Amino acid sequence: MFNRTKVNIMNQLTAPHGLARRGFLRLGALTLAAVAMPAKLWAAIARPDAAFTATGLDATFAELGATPETSEGIIFTTPDIAENGAVVPVKVEIDGSKLPGVSKIYILVEKNPNPLSGMFMFPEGTEPYVETRVKVAQTCNLYAVAEVDGKLYMTAKETKVTLGGCGG
Amino acid sequence: MAGKIRIRAKAKDGVTEVKALMRHPMETGLRKDQEGNPIPAKFIEEVTVSHNDAVVMQTYWGASVSANPFLGMRFNGGAAGDTVTVTWVDNTGATGHGETKIR
Repeated sequence: MFNRTKVNIMNQLTAPHGLARRGFLRLGALTLAAVAMPAKLWAAIARPDAAFTATGLDATFAELGATPETSEGIIFTTPDIAENGAVVPVKVEIDGSKLPGVSKIYILVEKNPNPLSGMFMFPEGTEPYVETRVKVAQTCNLYAVAEVDGKLYMTAKETKVTLGGCGG
Repeated sequence: MAGKIRIRAKAKDGVTEVKALMRHPMETGLRKDQEGNPIPAKFIEEVTVSHNDAVVMQTYWGASVSANPFLGMRFNGGAAGDTVTVTWVDNTGATGHGETKIR
């Protein structure tokens, strides 16, 4: 079962080591990518590191820009009950008639140590659609957030977890 | 150390559906081993999907994507025989690469 004390200890252990090296390596990777990539396609968007390391849902939304408005245009498929919180399949689809022009999708898990799981960017010609699997530490809401012209919209779904995804 | 990626890409009615399965531990850095020492963080931070030479999806991930991550996506166009490439970079600078032909 989920153990709250352990998570609190675990939170303090987020190690900042290796950041300089990481930045250096990323720079190398990006330079390579820029050379390999055809000119027009990708206006590079930096990884929002502060949003990925934010703790708590409100702080994460603040890093993303704003608390999203609720929208019915986001079709968020999640299991109601997950036996294994370490592997929870999620799917985000957009109903283009209700929410056209989605360029980014974010997936958040409310009670994880860092709620933001993933950010998915869709250039022209790619459907705003994503399927993946995330860890869910304990029963809580999962959020699918869609960005249209810098404005955020969301849909929430609760997943009950019988075995935590924190490996504890 | 390049990690392998298993990819399936299938074109149907003008849309190509891509499914990719990466091999990666996705360690959060918050867990401990049996002696109580923290297990260092190792997780994929960036994944890029390309169709021939064009990027069709870019993603940024945190450590809470499940181990051996799965990614499903769809892009318009794509014909049988075209190349679909998936690459990742993790927080330690390790990379993974995989490609397949659209069926």
